[in-house]
Order: sequence, then structure tokens, then C-alpha cells
Amino acid sequence: MNDILKLLEQDCTMPRDQLAAAAGKPVEEVDAAIKKLEEDQIVLGYQAIIDWDRVCPDKVTALIEVNVTPQSENGFDRIAERIYQYDEVESMYLMSGAYDLTVIISGRTLRQVAQFVGERLAPIPGVTGTATHFILKKYKEKHLVFRPQEPEEREYIFV
Amino acid sequence: MNYDKLLNQKIQGIRPSGIRKFFDILEEMTGAISLGIGEPDFVTPWHIRDAGISSLERGHTKYTSNAGMLQLRREISAYLLRRFDLRYDPAGQILVTVGGSEGIDLAMRTLLDPGDEVVVPVPSFVCYGPLAEMAGAVPVYVELQAENGFRLTPEQLRAAVTPRTKLLVLPFPSNPTGGIMERPDLEAVAEVLRETEILVLSDEIYAELTYGQRHVSMANLTDMYERTVVVNGFSKSHAMTGWRMGYVCAPRPIVAAMTKLHQFGIMSAPTTSQYAAVEAMRNGDGDIEHMREEYDSRRRYLVERLNRMGLPCFEPKGAFYVFPDIRSAGLDSETFCERFLREEKVAVIPGGAFGPGGEGFVRACYASSMRDLAEAMTRLDRFLTSLRRK
Repeated sequence: MNDILKLLEQDCTMPRDQLAAAAGKPVEEVDAAIKKLEEDQIVLGYQAIIDWDRVCPDKVTALIEVNVTPQSENGFDRIAERIYQYDEVESMYLMSGAYDLTVIISGRTLRQVAQFVGERLAPIPGVTGTATHFILKKYKEKHLVFRPQEPEEREYIFV
Repeated sequence: MNYDKLLNQKIQGIRPSGIRKFFDILEEMTGAISLGIGEPDFVTPWHIRDAGISSLERGHTKYTSNAGMLQLRREISAYLLRRFDLRYDPAGQILVTVGGSEGIDLAMRTLLDPGDEVVVPVPSFVCYGPLAEMAGAVPVYVELQAENGFRLTPEQLRAAVTPRTKLLVLPFPSNPTGGIMERPDLEAVAEVLRETEILVLSDEIYAELTYGQRHVSMANLTDMYERTVVVNGFSKSHAMTGWRMGYVCAPRPIVAAMTKLHQFGIMSAPTTSQYAAVEAMRNGDGDIEHMREEYDSRRRYLVERLNRMGLPCFEPKGAFYVFPDIRSAGLDSETFCERFLREEKVAVIPGGAFGPGGEGFVRACYASSMRDLAEAMTRLDRFLTSLRRK
């Protein structure tokens, strides 16, 4: 199962026959396994990794440190839920250390992000403080480097 | 100047490889897929590159000892014991060379006298015959058979041995066939060698790339150790082809003699590369596993696709090549490759380039992305269909 997950994580667009051969399993078995993984929501979805800077240079992404007061019965989960349900929130993590939640949001403009923090995030009851860090440049995400590959000029040798 | 008269007669007798013309065509093409070069598609892992860079930053830019840095030889010794159960003393039994190729050249020139015969199983990598000839010896080619899994059989060896036989080359895991020699196969060959004083040059550059079983060296056989020269290196195992890092291990008198030649011809292997190699030996086992798993996936995929399109293909057990039999296409291997390249823009190498016995086969290297391999197979299928229709 893990080998199929690893292969999907690397490239979920790989045709099933290639995936099956790579996993060393029959296509039917791989199909069934993937269906099960999707049903069990172990595989949550399939997305492309896009270098948005080259398409929309004004688009901004921010990493927001959020401090909250946990609620007595639900801990951090209830308040987290109130935050991550906003579409603007791309990713969110509960953290150890100096602050409680990392919220990653992106917006069309700087103002839009600032508005989200000021008008939506900060007023949520239980949120005690935020610190917004704008991401200036993406170097790498999910093992992919944000840099067009330079064509390599090379002469072939016989090996 | 009449250079034909001036150039060494032996070097003039060595034919240049016919493969160059394929690469000339390939270099002019756009949208071509090359499965022609036997080289990992991975970049050297970063921690290894970083170790090389750090050595430069610290100013390690001088010669090392002729045999290579002692710390590297110690690491190689520990690695060979850990991975292959081979015991070599870093002081006197290991020589660091400029790629495995230098090790092969050194071994040939150190061991061979004019008139000696060298048994070379073919198809195999192209250097053994010419290097033996340059050392004044005579290569005796033994044609391996697909039905034997491209192994060297004791019968074939016995038939090739004469009183002049000095050296047996064992190029396993094999470029280009992907064949390997397992312990019983080696035992059977050793049985023949025991009756003689024939030495063994075991080219184990692909030792880390075996699928389903660990590589066994001829030097693992107790009484073969004393007659075996093991050549290995970092190019294939650690994706370090451009660093030119290899090593050769053998009984002390052989390494001492090779070191003499190495010190006059080379001095010492590149220092930066040696520092990188130390890191590769210390912390690179995980990289090897990762790359091997990747190659294994591609290998299974390729064999399956080739079989599905009706091209008989021996299942390779090592290295990163498939060697399908293309005789059913009705073309000789060179014509097949040239037409495949021109018509479908995929480069594979004619089996004939790897010596007699390779004709009728082509070599495709699967150290390429799965996407390229898939596209190459689709084009191959189309090419075969068009040939069969005619």
C-alpha cells in the first residue's frame, strides 16, 4: 500500500499501467487499492503544483502565526475549525513552541491578505494575537524547485 | 607528416566506435528521447556535492597520496565489508582511481604480457578488448547466450582457455545485458579456474544495482580471493559519473604494481572528488537504496511493455539496461537503431556495438524518467507495428 502511496505522491498523473508496473502489481489490484485509499480518505485529492509567481506576479501568500486560548472541552480543534473553513486558508497546522497555529493564506493582493487577518482572523473569539509574515519567494514545495530547468548542452559519450 | 607511420600501430588497429554517428544525429534533433547513454539520470545527492564544495572552501586543493586519501580508503574498506562482505586492507589493498575505467586499464597493463590471452565475455562494455590489446595481449571473446541468462558457463570458459590464458574478465552485473552471476554460477566458473593460474578482473561497477538478490563477487569465494582484482566505483551507485571516482582492490602485490603505474600516469585521483566520495561512503547507503528502488520500478515497467509488444526480452537482474531481441523486426541491429532514431526520435544502442554476440539485440538504458520511458515505449510500439505491416 505504501509503495502505491509513494508513487501517487510523486506523480499522480502517471497512467495506471505505469503505476502498476512500477509498484510490481497487476493493474486491477492497483485500481482497487487506490479506490479504497480514496474511500478511506487517505488520499484526499490530487492537485497540481503551480509557480503562480510567473502567472500572477502580484499574488501574495502569507504565513500567519496565531496565538489562541484553547477551549476547555475541544482544545484547539474547535477554534482551528473556525479558521480553516475560510476559503482563503490554504494550509493550517497546530504547532509546538512559541505560538499555536500556522495559517497559510493567499490572496490576490497584499491588501486582501491584510483585510483577512484584520477583519476575519483576529476578531475570532479565542484568538489572542497574530503575526503575519509575507512570503517573498518560493524556492521549493513538495520536493519541486521553483526554477525553470536550464537546458543542458551536452555531448553524448558512449558508456 | 605521415601520421599513419608515426602513430602507434596498436592504437591504429583499434576501430573507433560506430556509435558516434548516432550521437551526431541525436545532438541535432529536437524532441528526441535518448535511452542511449549508460548514466544515472539522478544528480549526485546534495550532501555529497556539498562535501565536495566544503572541501574546496577549506582549501583542500592539493594532491593526495598516490593511492588516495587514507580516510577514503578506510571508508571504502568499511563499505565493502558492510555491503558485500569483502575484506580489503585500506593500507595496501585499495587504490583510488579516476573512475572504474582507470582501474580496468591499470589492471590490464599490470597483469598482462605480450601474447597473453584475455577471456572477455561478450556482449559487454566496449573497453576490455581494446585495453587488453594496448597492453599487448590478445582478447578472446566468448559469446554469452540469452537462453543462459547471459551468464558465463564453465563449458564456455573451458573451451576458451588455452595455455596462454592469463586473465578472465567478469563484467557482472552486465552492461549491456543486465545479466548477473549468482554464487552457484561463480562456483562453477571457479571450478575451471582452480585447475589454472588464471587471474580474474571482476568489474563490479553495477554491484549495487541488482534486483531481487545481492551481488556476489568472485572475491567472495574463499580460494578465488587471491586471484581476483575487483574494480568498482561511485559513478553508478551514487550517481557520480562526472566526479570520476573509482577504486580497485586486490592482493597486495597487485595493488603495489598498479599503484606504480598510477603514480606515473595519474599522480592521484581528483582531491575534491575524493572528499565527496568520503561523504558518499559514510552517509550514502540510503541514496543507493532510493535510486535502486526507482530503477527497479522502471525495469519492471519496461520489461512488461516490451513483452506486451511481442519483443522477447531477457529479464535483467542487474545494472540499468534492457537488452531485447529485435530479430523478429527483420532488421540488423544497426539499421534498426538508425531507423528508430530517424523515424521515431528515440536513441537506443545496437547490440553489435558490444561485441560479437550482441547482434540481433538493442540496448536501452532505463536510467531515464518514467515519462520518457513510457513515451519511448509508445514510439517503439508504433515503429514495430509499421515494420510488421510492410
